[in-house]
Amino acid sequence: MELPRPLLDWFSAQGWALHPHQQAMLARAQAAATLLIAPTGGGKTLAGFLPSLAELADGRHKGLHTLYISPLKALTADIRRNLRRPVEGAGLPIRIEDRTGDTTYTQRRRQRADPPHILLTTPESLALLLSYEDAPRIFAGVQRVIVDEIHALAESKRGDLLMLGLARLARLAPGLRRVGLSATVEDPPALARFLAADCDILQADAGPEPDIAMLETTAPPPWAGGGGRYAIPAILDQVMRHRTTLIFHNTRAQAEIFFHHLWLANSDDLPIGIHHGSLSREQRDRVEQAMADGRLRAIVCTGSLDLGIDWGDVDLVIQVGAPKNVKRLVQRIGRANHRYNAPSKALLVPANRFEVVECQAALDAVKAHALDGDPRGAGPLDVLCQHILATACAAGFDADQLYAEVISAGPYAALTRAEFDACLEFTATGGYALRAYDKWQRLMLRAGLWTLRDPRTAAVIRQNLGTIIDTETLKVRLKGRMGGTPLGEIEEAFASTLTPGDTFLIGGQVVRYEGLNELTVEVTRQPGRDPKVAVFSGSKFATSTQLSERLLQILQQPDWPDLPAHTNDWLSLQRELSHLPAPGRLLIETFPYDGRQHLCLYGFAGRNAQQTLGLLLTKRMEDQGLAPLGFVATDYATLIWGLHETTDPARLLGRDTLRHDLETWLAGNAVMKRTFRNTAIIAGLIERSNQGRRKSGRQATFSSDILYDTLRKYDPDHLMLQITRQEAMRGLIDFGRLEDMLTRLAPHIDHVRLDRPSPLAAPLFLEVGKVPVDGAGREKLAEAAAAQLMRDAGLA
Amino acid sequence: MKTVARAGKTATMYRFSLASAALCALKSGALWWPDQALLVVSDLHFGKSERLARRGGALLPPFENRDTLQRLDDDIEATQARRVICLGDSFDDLAAAEGLGDTDQLWLLRLMAGRDWIWIEGNHDAGPVSIGGSHLREIRIDGLQFRHIATPDTPEISGHYHPKARLAGRSQRCFLIDRNRVILPAYGTYTGGLWSDDPALTSLMQATALAVLIGKRALPIPMPRDAGGR
Repeated sequence: MELPRPLLDWFSAQGWALHPHQQAMLARAQAAATLLIAPTGGGKTLAGFLPSLAELADGRHKGLHTLYISPLKALTADIRRNLRRPVEGAGLPIRIEDRTGDTTYTQRRRQRADPPHILLTTPESLALLLSYEDAPRIFAGVQRVIVDEIHALAESKRGDLLMLGLARLARLAPGLRRVGLSATVEDPPALARFLAADCDILQADAGPEPDIAMLETTAPPPWAGGGGRYAIPAILDQVMRHRTTLIFHNTRAQAEIFFHHLWLANSDDLPIGIHHGSLSREQRDRVEQAMADGRLRAIVCTGSLDLGIDWGDVDLVIQVGAPKNVKRLVQRIGRANHRYNAPSKALLVPANRFEVVECQAALDAVKAHALDGDPRGAGPLDVLCQHILATACAAGFDADQLYAEVISAGPYAALTRAEFDACLEFTATGGYALRAYDKWQRLMLRAGLWTLRDPRTAAVIRQNLGTIIDTETLKVRLKGRMGGTPLGEIEEAFASTLTPGDTFLIGGQVVRYEGLNELTVEVTRQPGRDPKVAVFSGSKFATSTQLSERLLQILQQPDWPDLPAHTNDWLSLQRELSHLPAPGRLLIETFPYDGRQHLCLYGFAGRNAQQTLGLLLTKRMEDQGLAPLGFVATDYATLIWGLHETTDPARLLGRDTLRHDLETWLAGNAVMKRTFRNTAIIAGLIERSNQGRRKSGRQATFSSDILYDTLRKYDPDHLMLQITRQEAMRGLIDFGRLEDMLTRLAPHIDHVRLDRPSPLAAPLFLEVGKVPVDGAGREKLAEAAAAQLMRDAGLA
Repeated sequence: MKTVARAGKTATMYRFSLASAALCALKSGALWWPDQALLVVSDLHFGKSERLARRGGALLPPFENRDTLQRLDDDIEATQARRVICLGDSFDDLAAAEGLGDTDQLWLLRLMAGRDWIWIEGNHDAGPVSIGGSHLREIRIDGLQFRHIATPDTPEISGHYHPKARLAGRSQRCFLIDRNRVILPAYGTYTGGLWSDDPALTSLMQATALAVLIGKRALPIPMPRDAGGR
């Protein structure tokens, strides 16, 4: 396939030559499915588009030709800007538009009536478009679909929903050609199968080795927490020495705190911006534009900037906090230096001494090209239920045909007919043991086709599409400027802890909480105060098991000459006061702290196993009257806190009754309830809570926990409970593995009693994802709190 | 007001007085008046799942009627109540009374049999309902008023608001109790709640009001009144 002359001329006028993989993509433009694996900055996205530009150049194609899907709204806007340059520069008659949750209503209507040639969109917007009755008309002429950052999409349910959408699309536009664009991954064939049953893989040249090291600082990192603040002088120094630096954080809260302190130290007034998912669209747009224009020297960010093409002059990536997994680190640092042939440069900044060891392990892994990753499971059924419902919104469907279509989607290739029927049953009738809804079914069989019983419900169904579960958030606005730009969003759980006068950080500004006005948090600006920070949950990455193993090996060394002196000392201190965890042994530390008794179990078994152990141990502690209150698990350890000291931990680790204990405990646990809620929202059992909440109707909605408990009592085999269990088990290990582990380790337990937290335990206190235990301990606390409140009020 | 404070034991009820009546707030959310052998429950909202389904919404597990009836059965059994007042919004809407399935209807009739059963009219189920018992807008018994929504006419026992409060990080349905009135928690399974610090409730209850949290036990605390305490 040849590029049109005007375009070739424009490229040479810019001094650009096509990369080999871009040529290759043009050569195989007619292939049914191609996966292109190339490092970021290698013109990967352009490679995806070139065949479309070539096919559209003569202006003969009418309507939609190419659909481009990316995981981020920011990306679609960016691509649109960047694609228009050569198209307009070469004077090609190609209309390119983007469509996301941020697109205005008028624009969206127009796009449906008169679609552009190339539409840039997100998986959610595609699902929405496919749910309209005129979807067949809109998509009939589509020739190509490009899925960008497919490696990222494949890691979550968004990818499953997208693949179902593509299966639908292929039905509406036979002959549809698929292209997947991916960063480096550990299992290319698996990703190719995800995209299409028969998919070619094109590997671009990986480029030079990344230049990655740990940042050297004069001040040592703290034992726990800190978020990289100790390294700010060294970081600012780096920012000064480079054109544009991206400073990544693992959570939004960390990004906010860091940005705040960075500004306090920014005596040279370098232009530095902040970017994360809780900021308002306007703010994010401003930062993105400034970046593209080269006006920013640094951007403090989270995974919100993880993906994408060419970001102007980024020549350094700083990763604050342990990278959690090597693959993501490698993908991230691929962003620095958009000039393809120059090495990507990155610096790691551990936030505490334990992270120093994690970073060292990550550096070793990068050098060894040892990418990590767990195999993805089959497509989840809650997403399928949503897809079935959305399909019915567009038109009546035949069950056999839909089943055939669904199994043509990569993640659902192994779906059985029985599973499909169960999902259809649930969607249509609720799937309850008690057949209560014959009259009020959501879907009815009419003339052999499943259709919505009441077509008016389509509007509400459309509002609930998508697989991203927002935590309940409230918009934050300046007082007196209710119609103005929101500063961002904060979580309702955080908002409920605020009293007027409290200050918090948002968008790098310190603001003072004034009160709630309907569903908006009103604030005033309070520069110069010390803020109580906003707590965002953000995305949580688990460190991979491979990385954990490396770490354990590092700890076995008699000494650590490769690590900075402060970490060396810290590890030596751990060895002196307690033990260093060793393979084949189980280290258990018990100590009091902050009025509670703690137990820390170091298994280095990976987060799933440690989480499962947490559940097992708290169940047994409850039975033994030790009154546990909660636990948190990381890849290395499980920390449990409660009212009473555990004097004999070995008693908690017996193999008998393991299955029974875990089953019953799991069923009533917060982990299951949380999982159920998310599953129920995706499958359409519960409406998303942010949708048009009526001000006075708070009494009308009730907690998903009530639905969960009701199902457990009266319909324990219900589909939603089955899906919940499967989902929860993804975060846990199976009983067989757990039994093996306990058998192996039982004779090798080292119990150390301390009078305070050990150096190694310290980081666990700041972990997110604490699991509360709803047992006697919590009950006692509630009673004590109640009694205290009554005494304080003089009412006892 | 006296509390039942048994050291080391969880309280299944909270005893208190309203005017001169000795009452018990049960941990189930029902109110028990031993001297009158009277049990009071509020906001049962029978038929919620069917009503939601009728409106084309999600199809919720259709077990809430059965679940509510079981708890009511247990309370009647435990107290041996001779008289029962359902304090309004007993049915999610008027059609729900007809929509109660055969099994559940029989169960309800069995509970009503041989007892003085009073349905107080609520905002959801205003109007005649074709099930037995007496249907009244309000009733006065031995100096206490019983109605669905609170008014200044005290001493009074009412429901409607589905109050809830938070303690030690968990939220729980609760009774709101002061010297003039009692507001009952919602008894029905599929019911949500309104925070006790909502202006609608803080304007009704005195400064010394208590919230009695229900669930595993009846636990009294000072009624939370400001958003910070949530």
